[in-house]
Amino acid sequence: MTAGMPAGLPDPMLPTPWRIRRVRRDTRDTFTLDLEPVNAGDGLQFLPGQFNMLYVFGAGEVPISMSGDPLKSGVMTHTVRAVGVVTKAMSRLKRGDVIGVRGPFGVSWPVEKAAGKDVVVVAGGIGLAPLRPVIYHILARREKYGRIALLYGARAPGDILYQSELEKWRGRFDLQVEVTVDNVPTGQDWRGHVGVVTTLVGGAEFDPARAVAMICGPEVMMRFTVIELQKRGIAKESIFISMERNMKCAVGFCGHCLFGPTFICKDGPVFRFDLVGPWLSKREI
Amino acid sequence: METLEPLLTEHPFFRGLAPGDIQFLTGCARNARFDAGQVIFREGQDADQFYLVRDGKVALEVFTPGRGSAPILTLGAGDVLGWSWLIPPYKWRFDARAIETTRALALDGKCLRGKCDEDPRLGYELLKRIAAIITERLHATRLQMLDVYGAHN
Repeated sequence: MTAGMPAGLPDPMLPTPWRIRRVRRDTRDTFTLDLEPVNAGDGLQFLPGQFNMLYVFGAGEVPISMSGDPLKSGVMTHTVRAVGVVTKAMSRLKRGDVIGVRGPFGVSWPVEKAAGKDVVVVAGGIGLAPLRPVIYHILARREKYGRIALLYGARAPGDILYQSELEKWRGRFDLQVEVTVDNVPTGQDWRGHVGVVTTLVGGAEFDPARAVAMICGPEVMMRFTVIELQKRGIAKESIFISMERNMKCAVGFCGHCLFGPTFICKDGPVFRFDLVGPWLSKREI
Repeated sequence: METLEPLLTEHPFFRGLAPGDIQFLTGCARNARFDAGQVIFREGQDADQFYLVRDGKVALEVFTPGRGSAPILTLGAGDVLGWSWLIPPYKWRFDARAIETTRALALDGKCLRGKCDEDPRLGYELLKRIAAIITERLHATRLQMLDVYGAHN
């Protein structure tokens, strides 16, 4: 049995067919797929932060994090950015098309360990997708957590994911939501923050002594975010990041995603920062 | 009479400064309030003040003829707006506009420069604080320039 695999899955290397129930165009290059199993009984449960290998027949397979609500059974949601051959082929699929799914794989965000604490969620770009299940998880058990801050940075206003959901969350009194963009096209009306996501850390409401931080985004953005969080006083042991590397088998067989002594697919993608941080500065890996 | 001393002491820029120093600087300060949409200063104007934002939100903007203004950075509570008052030729390099009702402490740059010349120890302390802000903004700008969310990343 492979670590991270739920009992009952016969072969982690064998994709099962899932049908596209709905396609949503989130931004100019990002879309969200709702999938349902073709065969009854193939439904999957997942934890926030885990990923599936999605197989576009004739194009290839890519690792994509779940971006939906872990409590919703019968549907698996993935948000995908069309940047490579496979994801571009995936972007052309329509409702009713079938893709292969292997998973779920990997280590989840520490949502259970964070119970009773403040939680700071910092996302950059498509990095909001793997963190959205964390927000769903927390909001479903809101009384179990302290203060919650969601800090999100995108390239430009048109690149902001899940805009209506962010607006809804911003309206809650028990959730601090701050969104910033790196650039605003000339003439565009934008009343929100402008600047990199790290500039939001200073204004986030949390107690550093009892806070857990979860970060997902480009590696350079995560490195700088960690610096800002540490300036606020959060210990390295309380900071978690989600890593991305070239994952192929997703179960630690092939070694493509080996990162120092760990496999991103099997030991991650979520890591405690103090355990993986030293390897981030090694330029050779 | 109530003075601005407590407000200056509260602001992160002056946090930890000796009470005597705050008292010395208070004469250069006044309260300022800007309505949403109000221009605080424009590029090319004399940079004779700087602002310690108490609450609200301010956008630093760059104007391109024929295309309009684009914000390059927003500042909020606890931030410092402007350092051109410190460096010749004392002219603003960007526009600043309140995008929400904003309250700030405005400090007279010329008055402050005079105080710093009078007391170089205090001048050095303020310069270190300004340098820390400039460094942070430079780091953030470099990160912004990397376009980390671009398709190549």
